[in-house]
Amino acid sequence: MEKYEGRAIFQRVAIGRIWYYTKEEQSIKRCRITDKEAEWQRYQRARQQAVEELKALYEKAQKEVGEVNAAIFEVHAMMLEDDDYNASVRNMIESQEVNAEYAVASTGDNFFRMFSEMEDDYFQARAADIRDISDRVVAVLSHREKKQDLGTEPVIIAAEDLAPSETVQMDKDRMLGFVTELGSANSHTAILARTMNIPALIGIPVKPEWNGRMAVIDGYHGILYLDPDDKTLEQMSRRQQEDKERARLLEQMKNQETVTRDGRKIHLYANIGNPADVASVLENDAEGIGLFRSEFLYLERESWPTEEEQFQSYKLAAEMMAGKKVIIRTLDIGADKQAAYFGLEHEENPAMGYRAIRICLEQPEIFRTQLRAIFRAGAYGRIAVMYPMITSVEEVRRIKQIAEEVQTELRRQGIPCGCAEQGIMIETPAAALISDLLAKEVDFFSIGTNDLSQYTLAIDRQNSRLDSFFDPHHPAILRLIRTVIENGHKEGCWVGICGELAADLELTEAFLDMGIDELSVAPGMVLAVREAVRKI
Amino acid sequence: MGQFAYTITDEIGLHARPAGALVKLVKESDGAVTISKGEKSADASRLMAIMGLGIRKGDEVVIATDDEALLEKLRKFFQDNL
Repeated sequence: MEKYEGRAIFQRVAIGRIWYYTKEEQSIKRCRITDKEAEWQRYQRARQQAVEELKALYEKAQKEVGEVNAAIFEVHAMMLEDDDYNASVRNMIESQEVNAEYAVASTGDNFFRMFSEMEDDYFQARAADIRDISDRVVAVLSHREKKQDLGTEPVIIAAEDLAPSETVQMDKDRMLGFVTELGSANSHTAILARTMNIPALIGIPVKPEWNGRMAVIDGYHGILYLDPDDKTLEQMSRRQQEDKERARLLEQMKNQETVTRDGRKIHLYANIGNPADVASVLENDAEGIGLFRSEFLYLERESWPTEEEQFQSYKLAAEMMAGKKVIIRTLDIGADKQAAYFGLEHEENPAMGYRAIRICLEQPEIFRTQLRAIFRAGAYGRIAVMYPMITSVEEVRRIKQIAEEVQTELRRQGIPCGCAEQGIMIETPAAALISDLLAKEVDFFSIGTNDLSQYTLAIDRQNSRLDSFFDPHHPAILRLIRTVIENGHKEGCWVGICGELAADLELTEAFLDMGIDELSVAPGMVLAVREAVRKI
Repeated sequence: MGQFAYTITDEIGLHARPAGALVKLVKESDGAVTISKGEKSADASRLMAIMGLGIRKGDEVVIATDDEALLEKLRKFFQDNL
């Protein structure tokens, strides 16, 4: 048995044989033709067929992965109807008396060069599209199936890289999962895999010799087992069975309201740490994003992210959620989340130190950059913002002042912006105890139970020796939560919970009794919480 | 010949999807339209040519056509989409 570690992009198990996928090398021969008109007609028919294929692909993708992700195929079809592209092909057939395959390939190369020389990344990416459409026409002309035949037995696809069009074209029923060497968790293909519910790993050094060998994808731990031993196989099959059974039961919870038997409705949102997670949010039918942790933009890099980078990520999430609420939490670095360029000094007690909103208020330029990005993304969907680690009314007033200045500045510059609501995290005992005062300042509260528990019980969650002292359901925490909900409601604030406790099914009923308005949980827990609410 | 200038505000510029929509609009209305950026210009019914201009956020483009009604439609199109 061999074991490889990669990054999991969908948490499921897949067991099956590997099918090694290579892109077809299209070697095109240049031939001299005699009947130029017939050759042009032959091209026209092939082009028509390619356009039809793309339209079918567009419809398939629209159903499976949504309009935004499908649009690329519609654009491909339009490119094939472009006058310049077609004129170039015709010109080559007529003036050089070459076969259609050669004319298409050369035309594709010329356009490819034109786009790949452009400075802009986005337009450079279009060069790949040109190649893709030209390959498609050539495949039709030479009667080659572009659609990959996966055989009859479902397989795990292994490839160096997969293009979105390749992923979508593969027959979903025959695809157990895929492993690739290249690609990122944010890539289009990764997002598609999540949306299609396919276990996948990236960063695996895939080799052609693996073709036909047995393998297991453990999407929970990001491991690929090649030629798994009996024990691993048995363990993983059991896990897979459990997943299937659970998924079958929870499937019935999709498109249902999150409502109790006596008709009380709450908002059930999901927590994410990356725009790529949006796919699993949608897949699990969450009604919005209750906590979008913005740290992913700041960690594992060398310098502060630019406004533009941040804006693109927030906008992507806002657009993919298509009008559903997206609550972005401003940066919560410090304590256990560090990167060298933050330049944070060593602290004796970082959990109570220079972190989160404290950094933002001390270094307002970092904060302003993030707020500009968030508010700009607000023009593309329903974005709300929330601020972490609040302990006083004064802090909230300073934050609001900065937020207002940022919005005024954007408007003055004529840049579209928006922000549905502003709220704060309640994760310190101080904030919970003065929630009556804080409620006058904001639109909503989101209770961060992880930090609130640690600070209230004075128990460091990183220290496993303290586990026996830790009671997640400690009455002190539950009392604080009740206080926050009551105080929030008195001033017209809605109140949610976004910490781990939100997904604690033993507490769901208690939270509803307290009057909670929203629960935000990991995407994989959404349906389970909905099921619990509907039983109350 | 009527014309108007417009500064692109869309983050990724005149990218494939709106370029496609623009071509569709121009082809339906059957008028001759040119789109120019600086010294380069393109026939607005040609997708690749438009994309070849590499129009990005902040670029000023000039749209010109004889058809006054179409010009208004195009003005609205740019305001709504770009």
